[in-house]
Amino acid sequence: MNRTAIIVRLSPWLFTIGLLIVWEASVHIFKIPVFFLPPPTAVAQAFVEFAGPLARNSWITLETTLIGFALAVGFGLLLGLLVGWSRTIYAGLYPLMIGFNAIPKVAVVPILVLWFGIGFIPAVLTAFLISFFPIVVNVATGLATIEPELEDVLKALGASKLDIMRKVGIPRTLPYFFGSLKVAITLAFVGSVISESVASNYGIGNLMLQAQAQFQVPLIFAGLVVLAIEGIAMYAVMAILERRMTGWAQRSGFAQS
Amino acid sequence: MSAFVALDNVTHAYGGAGGTLAVDGLSIAVEAGEFAAVVGPSGCGKSTLMKLATGLQFPRTGAVTVAGAAVNAPVKIAGMAFQAPTLLPWRTTAENLLLPLEIVQPYRGQMRRRKAEFRERAERLLASVGLAGQGAKFPWELSGGMQQRASLCRALIHEPQLLMLDEPFAALDAFTREELWCVIRDLHAARKITVILVTHDLREAVFLADRVFVMSARPGRVVAEKRIELPRPRDLEVTFIPQFQDIVHELRGHIIKARQ
Ligand SMILES: Nc1ncnc2c1ncn2[C@@H]1O[C@H](COP(=O)(O)OP(=O)(O)OP(=O)(O)O)[C@@H](O)[C@H]1O
Ligand SMILES: [Mg+2]
Repeated sequence: MNRTAIIVRLSPWLFTIGLLIVWEASVHIFKIPVFFLPPPTAVAQAFVEFAGPLARNSWITLETTLIGFALAVGFGLLLGLLVGWSRTIYAGLYPLMIGFNAIPKVAVVPILVLWFGIGFIPAVLTAFLISFFPIVVNVATGLATIEPELEDVLKALGASKLDIMRKVGIPRTLPYFFGSLKVAITLAFVGSVISESVASNYGIGNLMLQAQAQFQVPLIFAGLVVLAIEGIAMYAVMAILERRMTGWAQRSGFAQS
Repeated sequence: MSAFVALDNVTHAYGGAGGTLAVDGLSIAVEAGEFAAVVGPSGCGKSTLMKLATGLQFPRTGAVTVAGAAVNAPVKIAGMAFQAPTLLPWRTTAENLLLPLEIVQPYRGQMRRRKAEFRERAERLLASVGLAGQGAKFPWELSGGMQQRASLCRALIHEPQLLMLDEPFAALDAFTREELWCVIRDLHAARKITVILVTHDLREAVFLADRVFVMSARPGRVVAEKRIELPRPRDLEVTFIPQFQDIVHELRGHIIKARQ
């Protein structure tokens, strides 16, 4: 490994540590009060002090997010295949989906609460609703962009639509699908935290809301950090999955350079 | 004798009733085992002709028959290759070759049982176009010319009666192209299949074909037809003899007229 390679490896850590140092220093230099912007050391203290509640609630948030995400994957994949399969279904559903996607999901939470009461289920459903759209769009795009020549080659062999879907459509859609998972998992966190903070007694979203009510600002930031860590971890899982499943699609050196 | 592939006074337009005509009054008849070449100005409907002949498009008026039957669905007996190799990047080259066998009966039903045999057949076919031992590589690990060879193999693996080639060599350098001419020439000679080749290269058409059809500008139809009497088997040297040059010149004249 040469010098640049080592620096590239270390750079995420260096940048993170750099940010923390700048943050800590600014708080002290500009004498920013703790209840306005707590320094990293105070946040770290909150981590130790509230380790129990943080661990419990972050687990709940993770669980909620993952269940919502799993629903989104299943449903998104199915709907994407349907939309990609038939022009009629595409034409019929597309405006509906655009309209649905345009609705801010926080506005849907009250309805979910009306139907399911506050707590776990609305949070799961919000995570699901907010994250399925990119999956549908990506799967449908993958199917819609099959090279017409390739389709011709197969049709001239007597391939049915299902054959073309199985041999070409689905494999070539996988990179789009796995790419969309990275976006979807991040959105799923947004969904579950939104719902937790407006309509739940559990989860990091709720914990942050309570911390705010009690003016425990370092704890709010600790909550944010937990969310960031969970988000990064899940994103990494999706990225690894993507690379494992669709190595053939990642040939370009563009992103590596 | 009746033709193996026949388009009779065919008219076709893309995009419904309002679409401009792509071909109009197009008639062409290719006999079984014949090597036909189609040349003509860009956009005149050569690719359309290929699609009509294979049942990928249906004419607005006129009749298309292949192997004695009217075409009202994709024909199922054709192997096709285009200017772009269109190999599947997630399959190795050998697996790409097996694709037609996974679709065409009776091979499809025998896939599991005869897999090893089919693989061997793929390797043999690759070897016959100078790609011996490259089957395990992915298409993107091959050069453009090698991919095009593999694409030809894919068009041939199920031993089709009809081979449709739409400018398959257009993207290749002159030497690779001439090499592949010989590959196609030998395949045609060995298997006695019917070949329809669309090309912009008149030398290619004259070297390979038994008959060359010249199409008019859009909407396309056949305006001239030239039987190439050069004896077979033809060697690349034949492209330098005066008789060959004369035929190329004559066809050039037809195309220039067709463009106007
Ligand atoms: N899918 C399509 N939709 C609409 N119009 C099309 C389509 N394919 C071809 N056309 C039109 O039909 C005409 C004939 O096209 P075609 O592809 O058959 O030409 P070509 O002779 O193969 O041209 P080239 O030599 O450039 O490949 C063109 O004018 C083109 O604009
Ligand atoms: Mg064309």
